[in-house]
Amino acid sequence: MTGTTLDEARVLTEEPLRETKPTRQRWVRAPIVWQIVLYAVLIAITIVYIYPFLVQVATSFKTEPEAAADPISLIPQTITFAAYERLFLRSDFPIWFTNSAIVTIFVTLGRVFFCSLAGYALARLHFRGRGVVFAAVVAVMAVPTVVLLIPKFLVINQLGIYDTYAAMILPLLVDAAGVFIMKNFFESIPVSVEEQARIDGAGTFRVFWSVVLPMARPALITIIILSFQGSWNELNHFIVATQSPELTTLTKGVASLASGQLSQGSQFPLKLAAAVIMTIPVAVMFFIFQRRIMNVSEGAVKE
Amino acid sequence: MTATVAAPPRAGGPGRGIRRGEALAGWVFTLPVILILGIFLLAPVLMALWVSFSDWTGRGSPLSANVNFVGLENYAAITVDGGLPTRDFGTSLRNNAWYVLLVVPIQTALSLFLAVLVNRAILRGRGFFRTAFYFPSVTSSVAITVLWLFLFSATGVVNEVLSWLGINGPNWFQDPTGIVHNGLRAVGVTSGPAALTENDFLGISWWDWMAGPSVAMTAFILMAVFTTSGTFMLLFIAALQNLSAEVHEAAMVDGANAWQRFWRVTLPQLRPTLFTVLTLGLIGCWQVFDQIYTGTQGGPSKTTLTPAYLSYSSAFLDQDWGRGAAIAFILFAIIVIFTIFQRWVLRDRPVSKRRARQYQPSQPKEARR
Repeated sequence: MTGTTLDEARVLTEEPLRETKPTRQRWVRAPIVWQIVLYAVLIAITIVYIYPFLVQVATSFKTEPEAAADPISLIPQTITFAAYERLFLRSDFPIWFTNSAIVTIFVTLGRVFFCSLAGYALARLHFRGRGVVFAAVVAVMAVPTVVLLIPKFLVINQLGIYDTYAAMILPLLVDAAGVFIMKNFFESIPVSVEEQARIDGAGTFRVFWSVVLPMARPALITIIILSFQGSWNELNHFIVATQSPELTTLTKGVASLASGQLSQGSQFPLKLAAAVIMTIPVAVMFFIFQRRIMNVSEGAVKE
Repeated sequence: MTATVAAPPRAGGPGRGIRRGEALAGWVFTLPVILILGIFLLAPVLMALWVSFSDWTGRGSPLSANVNFVGLENYAAITVDGGLPTRDFGTSLRNNAWYVLLVVPIQTALSLFLAVLVNRAILRGRGFFRTAFYFPSVTSSVAITVLWLFLFSATGVVNEVLSWLGINGPNWFQDPTGIVHNGLRAVGVTSGPAALTENDFLGISWWDWMAGPSVAMTAFILMAVFTTSGTFMLLFIAALQNLSAEVHEAAMVDGANAWQRFWRVTLPQLRPTLFTVLTLGLIGCWQVFDQIYTGTQGGPSKTTLTPAYLSYSSAFLDQDWGRGAAIAFILFAIIVIFTIFQRWVLRDRPVSKRRARQYQPSQPKEARR
């Protein structure tokens, strides 16, 4: 109901589906001049949106003097891999990357499983207190994450798990918005299939695992995208959950790079190379799954 | 809700085979979520609430016996005492208020503009443009901040482009001067009237409240617009595609030109989405933390300090946990006010939509209201 993630989720799941329908306004034939102006404006804006990322990649292959002298060109005069060599061979960068990968994998798996379990229970199972649990989940979504910085540290510290993988992973393992998305999805699929399985004698978990969950692929992919993106890009939780260098994630590590803790001078090629690498997984994930969602939901509509 | 209607009514006894053990399963299925949200969300908030009323210094457990209840002392320190903590909090509120004031309208207008453009185009490449505008939203705030530090450095891309236009760009992230003050200085006003400079609120004179965002903060404002406009554009596109074509056609038949059609027909129908975007923007803009942590740590001259970052630095860097927690709760209150506002707007939504559909085909002029 609230929260940017939810609205993003709604768009990610529904929007590509709509696009496959023919646009109703298409009969309006604008004059050709206006079409050209429209495209020119769109392309100009696209350059503003995309150019920073291109220059980021280009600069990561430049030498430091060149990055300062000619920040704007997209083709380095001398291509150097020095920034990447330094990152991978002579810094903690591989550790950061590994930690981010570990956390992201566990958090994504956990969210997919726990959010769909709870979403199914809240959508389909009848039990006393269901309304209260759901109301609590909705209320939790309204709590902004930045005010939880100090609170989360207090509890993690109190539990004695400060500076461990448990502290990094456990609090992120469940996401109220994810529960909400799964609940909505399960309510939208027909109940008759499960009823049949139940009459055949399957237990509740069996019905959930082998009958309902396979039908929930579009929603599961949404959860995967949101939790992958969310945990890979997460910064403030790791700031309060850990302090040792061995548990530093990419976000935390690159943030420390940015504030100059590893380097003298501006070192822009190095910092931008780090930023490029940390952007790649999310970008790949986004492009692959955007197409996947489109195909899956098309299939679902035809049924 | 629909499931409850479709499913057979709940039978009380365990005799009914098909619903056997459902209550137990329901609790088992939701238990992990309840436990984790309870332990890492509800408990922390309660504990922090206690800390905000205590003199805990970060050593040992805040629940131990030698931590004392100090009442509203921590809240007073940042609001009425007038010392450095008050001035810091006042400064952070000023910085963030200007940030909200500029980011929210600009990102809303830009995302709507992009949505209309992308939606209008009879386009091949519509998907491409949409992806291009959305891409900055999926990348992490840390990576974008690093990129921004480069683009807006003294000899960076932005200043290079400005120099083509003959403009000598500022040293963005080192420049603490407020842009409103800079504008006034350009027309010869260098100090404010006594009424503004001699009276203050939260330790900051009214003249300083009016300074505007610093040049450094302005770079962050541009960054926020860059990263969020794509997300909101998608919301607007979804809404635009739900609009009925008939209304649009009727307006065309009535002779309305494209400009009139947008302002008098399209925009009123987008009102629910417009409000959603505005309020989501308001809530998000009060939570500026990652950028400040990565980029400037509140500098130069504390002009990029935000309440969220101040809360973090008071607690984790200055070890003044009670004050940090108190700032967090005041920030929480600010955000809750905006959330309640959003809830109220969203509840209003179906009514206004129906009303829009009822009125617009026959009386396009009424639609403006």
